[in-house]
Amino acid sequence: MDNLSELFHGFTIAVTVPHLALMVVGVLLGILVGVLPGLGAPNGVSLLLPLTFGMQPVSAIILLSSMYWGALFGGSVTSILFNIPGEPSSVATTFDGYPMARDGRPTTALATAFGSAAFGALIGVILITFLASWVAQVALAFGPPEYFAVYFLAFASFVGMGGAAPIKTVVALAIGFAIAAIGIDTVSGSVRLTMGIDELVKGVNFVVAVMGLFGIGELLVAVEEEFHARAVSSRIDWREVFRAVGRLPRHGVALLRSAAIGCWMGITPGGPTAASFMSYGIARRFSRRGRYFGTGEVEGIISPETADHAAGTSALLPMLSLGIPGSATAAVMMGGLMIWGLNPGPMLFVDQKDFVWGLIASMYVGNIVAVALVLLTVPVFAALMRIPFVIIAPLIVIICVVGAYSVSNSYLDVVMMLGFGIVGYLFKKLFYPLAPLVLAIVIGDKAEDAFRQSMLMSKGSLGIFFANKLVTCLVVAGIALLLLPLVLQLARPFRKTASPDADTPAQEKVII
Amino acid sequence: MRGTSLFLLSVSAAVLAGNAPACAAWQPQKPIEFVATAGPGGGTDNIARAVQNIITKYKLTDQPIVVVNKAGGSGAEGYVYGKASAGDPYKVIFGTSNAWQQPLVSKVAFNYTDLTPIAAMAQDEFLLWVKQDSPYKTAGDYLKAAASGDFKMGGAQSKDTDEVLTRMIEKAGHVKLTYIPFKSGAETAVQLAGGHLDSHVNNPSESIGQWRGGTQRPLCVFSPKRLPQGAKVTATEGWSDVPTCVEQGLDIKQYEQPRTVWLPGKVTPDQAAYYVDLMKKVQATPEWKDYIEKSSQIDTFLTGAEFDKFIKEDLEHLRQVASEQGWLVK
Repeated sequence: MDNLSELFHGFTIAVTVPHLALMVVGVLLGILVGVLPGLGAPNGVSLLLPLTFGMQPVSAIILLSSMYWGALFGGSVTSILFNIPGEPSSVATTFDGYPMARDGRPTTALATAFGSAAFGALIGVILITFLASWVAQVALAFGPPEYFAVYFLAFASFVGMGGAAPIKTVVALAIGFAIAAIGIDTVSGSVRLTMGIDELVKGVNFVVAVMGLFGIGELLVAVEEEFHARAVSSRIDWREVFRAVGRLPRHGVALLRSAAIGCWMGITPGGPTAASFMSYGIARRFSRRGRYFGTGEVEGIISPETADHAAGTSALLPMLSLGIPGSATAAVMMGGLMIWGLNPGPMLFVDQKDFVWGLIASMYVGNIVAVALVLLTVPVFAALMRIPFVIIAPLIVIICVVGAYSVSNSYLDVVMMLGFGIVGYLFKKLFYPLAPLVLAIVIGDKAEDAFRQSMLMSKGSLGIFFANKLVTCLVVAGIALLLLPLVLQLARPFRKTASPDADTPAQEKVII
Repeated sequence: MRGTSLFLLSVSAAVLAGNAPACAAWQPQKPIEFVATAGPGGGTDNIARAVQNIITKYKLTDQPIVVVNKAGGSGAEGYVYGKASAGDPYKVIFGTSNAWQQPLVSKVAFNYTDLTPIAAMAQDEFLLWVKQDSPYKTAGDYLKAAASGDFKMGGAQSKDTDEVLTRMIEKAGHVKLTYIPFKSGAETAVQLAGGHLDSHVNNPSESIGQWRGGTQRPLCVFSPKRLPQGAKVTATEGWSDVPTCVEQGLDIKQYEQPRTVWLPGKVTPDQAAYYVDLMKKVQATPEWKDYIEKSSQIDTFLTGAEFDKFIKEDLEHLRQVASEQGWLVK
């Protein structure tokens, strides 16, 4: 109960008029940078950072973390409305969010996403409040083999099932791994796959890849199909916002499961991106309506959003207690901590109680402020869907081009983004799944590094993946998830013979 | 008479001094871009932002300054960008010694000769760190135990400063270490705290939190003399209490990492001189002292021939280590 009294002390710091004002400002700025793809939370926070140098550290972190919450919420908006994820962690939201919005229910999609995101964040903060020291210990137990096992688990939970032919999934994964390998290799220090283009030494930025694959790719498909080319006549109904949030408890199991996955991945620290993919993959497998995923299912939005925010929130804990940032934004904030004269690490909880508990209390309040503000904006954003395609399409192109350029002020990125657009289009037309490709681009190089670090440690023996209980459990769980669909498929002929053809149309749509 | 002439002299001197920059030297006419060859939060990013803040605070130039991060390829992205911006005096590149080290060991598309050196502004020290509860009290104990041959040394990046130092330790201490590269020093520190490594050679700022928190401690510092007296880090010890490695029988006298500042190639001497002068002014401020102290670095200022000499010596030394390890790129 020690933590509880510390928390109340924290509330007295966080809930003051100037701090509440900072939260509102931070959240609004965050929504803004989150909605504009290519800007994103890490850039927004680094732009704001110099302004905070004159502030008290606790005020500064409240401003920056509020901006982070706002950006996390804002990032889902473009994923749902335009199929352009602003952050790696909101990719999985596009899978069902975008179809639902196209289906004329953008208000429901946005409100569901925001409501479940807030739930995930809340669980994340509660976890931080009560298990701070335990969580820090868990994170320490993760060496390279454990990291690899977590990434393996993420891949396993997402691969090995779904509508696409398994071989197509493998092809998509392999392409993703190849793209992730471009640039300088951490383990050998050598330059790989730059194909004679000097600038490629920096590797392929995720935002560039995703804006092309999803934004431009979707646009090219839409140009072909009349269905997409018409504006969605969505009715803007305030009550629908509350109805959608009110319906959330019906999906209690999905919410809790996703929050648990999110917290686990945030701590371990696999990060929000791996968490959202994993949560989506597992939901698709275990949900009763799993086969309709990809066509605008409510649980297909709830699962990634809840996990994303639970992980994003709990990822701040390893940053504070260990000095390892769980996300790019956390890395920027950590730089801020040092400039304010604080050293992230185990002593922060002892030396800087006001700061730490002020921040944790502000996470509760900040998230409530954020969800309130963001729910207010739902009808405004939903109204964007009414704009006719002929107007919105060029806007999407402009957003993608500007976004890709602003990643590192590079023309090459714009060219690559357009190239990825064509790849995205081809993938859709040929029924190749995009998700494994994106997952491999985002965590492929991390998984590779972890694997090779493990091999260095064990001098080449795979036994290191079964060397202790933790890593053995993770690897076994991963293998089980990989084999499960195979077992189910083998078992199917014995169990069920009825209506095998009824699935086919849904199956085709499920390819994402 | 005497008084008058002195007065006149001082007035004319003041006028000259006041006018000098305006009429003679080059002045920036548009916004300046600071390119950090590290991600947000990294050491190189911190120095770029510290310099930016000081310049803005003291209005050392009228032009706004923006910091951009080009961290890809262990910083190569930033240097390649600098090379591509030849002749553009509005791009200032912040880096480390990897400006000349990287081209030696990997096929990156730049060399430090493509850039115009401005200055080396701070030196980061290296220390040998072990886990808090490990049995070794001195570097000698450590080397004795490491003779078994299965010690794991962690570090940031491959064939970079950390691995070079690891190979130097192997040679000086007659041991064999398994070097495991991670993305950053912070990540390495956490791996040591978790007991997945036996040691690392982090800079002070990368591990100060862990030292204070009692998860790891330094055995010795790779410096000719002990670090300057400062505030205590733990209850009983500060940086100045860490013995030098030479004292403890690990014969590596000096190993430091400079924070370097560059302009793209083909800029005029006037333009380079402007930035040398600007960095000197930055260094004279109390905020700079504060930054140096907080990041536990050593204040230094190498420019012109001195900086050149430093690069040449470092390069010579690295070439030796790299050729022994077979790292040199053809």
